Amino acid sequence: MIRLEARPEPSRTFKWASPLIAVTATVAIGFALFPAMGKNPFDAFHAFFVKPLDSLYGVGELLLKASPLMMIATGLAAGYRANVWNIGAEGQLTLGAIAGGGVALALHGVDSPLVLPLMMAAGVAGGVAWAAIPAWLRTRFNANEILTSLMLVYVATLTLSLLVHDAWRDPEGFNFPQSKLFSESAILPNMLEATRLHWGFLLALAVVAAGWVFMQMSYVGYQMRVAGLAPAAAHYAGISAPRTVWLGMLIGGGCAGLAGVGEIAGPIGQLQPSVSPGYGFAAIIVAFVGRLHPVGIVFASLLMSLLYLGGESAQLNLALPSAVTGLFQGTLLFFLLAADVFIHYRLRGAKRVTRAAVAASDPARKMSGV
Amino acid sequence: MDTFAQLVILTLAAGTPLVFAALGELVTEKSGVLNLGVEGMMLVGAVVAFMVAATSGSPWLGILAGMGAGAATSLIFGAITLSLLANQVATGLALSLFGIGLSAFVGLDFVSVVIAGITPLSIGGLSDLPVVGQLVFGHNPLVYLSFALFALVQWFLYRSRGGLVLRAVGESPQSAHAIGYPVIAIRYAAVLFGGACAGLAGAYLSVAYTPLWVEGMVAGRGWIALALVVFATWKPWRVLAGAYLFGGVTLAQFQVQALGVAIPSQYLSMLPYLATIVVLAMISRDAVAIRLNAPASLGRPFHPAA
Repeated sequence: MIRLEARPEPSRTFKWASPLIAVTATVAIGFALFPAMGKNPFDAFHAFFVKPLDSLYGVGELLLKASPLMMIATGLAAGYRANVWNIGAEGQLTLGAIAGGGVALALHGVDSPLVLPLMMAAGVAGGVAWAAIPAWLRTRFNANEILTSLMLVYVATLTLSLLVHDAWRDPEGFNFPQSKLFSESAILPNMLEATRLHWGFLLALAVVAAGWVFMQMSYVGYQMRVAGLAPAAAHYAGISAPRTVWLGMLIGGGCAGLAGVGEIAGPIGQLQPSVSPGYGFAAIIVAFVGRLHPVGIVFASLLMSLLYLGGESAQLNLALPSAVTGLFQGTLLFFLLAADVFIHYRLRGAKRVTRAAVAASDPARKMSGV
Repeated sequence: MDTFAQLVILTLAAGTPLVFAALGELVTEKSGVLNLGVEGMMLVGAVVAFMVAATSGSPWLGILAGMGAGAATSLIFGAITLSLLANQVATGLALSLFGIGLSAFVGLDFVSVVIAGITPLSIGGLSDLPVVGQLVFGHNPLVYLSFALFALVQWFLYRSRGGLVLRAVGESPQSAHAIGYPVIAIRYAAVLFGGACAGLAGAYLSVAYTPLWVEGMVAGRGWIALALVVFATWKPWRVLAGAYLFGGVTLAQFQVQALGVAIPSQYLSMLPYLATIVVLAMISRDAVAIRLNAPASLGRPFHPAA
């Protein structure tokens, strides 16, 4: 019989080994699964993890898709460390795209270097506003932010659909539900020739760096970490719980809103009914796999981006559905959560407990003769 | 057909998946376990039920398979949270993301398949009776099953010894353990029951309600079911009332369109989600009532040595 025994102190080794174990286990599952789908596992592995990166273009795509993931995950991590469970980043991203896209359409044809900064400011404001709703409902009405932020994802998607089907639809777009293509001034400039990589990548890195400074160096960040680790101690120390909720939600919303602008001002270049292939949800996984730590988040976002690219490549090269990406994302998170148990516990083979051993270890029982 | 009877039938039909899913989650939560993976389990149940119904030709076999699939997915959640003591919130989210991915992946070849679903009852003579005939005998057989499930859960939780033990585990696992009850095993059973119910809810959607398979067809009903449990302050009869309330709200979009009111469909599609938010805020506002009714150990892992 094997049982779990609590470690006297959390294991630092396992804190960082656990994501590696999870990645290895996910790849192993893939190896086992591909033959079952009638594919050579080595071909599949190649198509999934090597082929997407064998050209400069591919590397550009990797960084392009990692940008929104690391941006959103950084924002979410700030909340998660404070025990604020914002899982509606997908909706906040959508609202950011709506707000930023609204600015781009309103200033259509205006050739000014101020258009992009305005779009970004609007995007952040949109994401913040959307995240403010669950924050207000939680602080004012005690409503669970997990459920309210998630419900708002559906509302945001429907709002975007409403706009591109009606008010913001391109009159010359042959009735397709999409807006006009943005002007040149509303598009993030390209960063690397022969790829689609744009300056949003550096912006994402800047957001990660800012997140690191805020959480590790600032007093407010420290207060948020305390509120997450020991709510009672935080309360006793006078750290305002509502303020923690507000900050945790709004930071996540702002980052997601900015990521939304990065998408529409980047690879998409207009508003469409769908502006994200689930980045807001994938970023939750990125935040956990990255241990809620900026450096970890950068690596985890590259990995998750590779899973997106691998899914597309597997579809092209192996005729596998790209939905396999979602499957691997979920599996990865499962393995991570399972491996995390070893941070706080270790395995022990239980000794056979004999009556004598119990009596010997328990003076009270020995004395009463039981 | 009588419009009133028709409205009642449609409302019950729309509310039934929420009844299944929310009653299952209620039992899980009563044991102290919070499983946020309802959406994922419903999707897996829906896709497996549809696949089995389509290949075997038997919708009822599909329903059974959907229940089994829901229970199997909940077992992953159980293993990670109960045996490996992982955070229940994170694991539940993972289960939902996993279920969305898995169902989209395996269901791809079944997207435009047509099956003979489970249709509403038609008992010769009885169903033709004026008003009462339709109201009493005109529902889908699974709607009657949801009534039975409600009665079973109500009886089990408050009238049986097993229900008392389950609730004790949810209130104070330490005390239940000290008396000698197998806390982890009881929680496993509650999680599996919740999973089977979520699978049944999904199966109802894909095999009886629509009947077809579309990626992501559960469309947030799993999350609404979770909100319903809070709305119901963990009481089965209030789950039932809430589910039909939401069934009615879902229905509004079709009714308004049928009346020819020119309002973009997106506004009406938002209604169930907005209603969930409003209702959740109204109920949660009374923090004392929530604290008194919620199982005291909800969401906390239990380790016998701790």
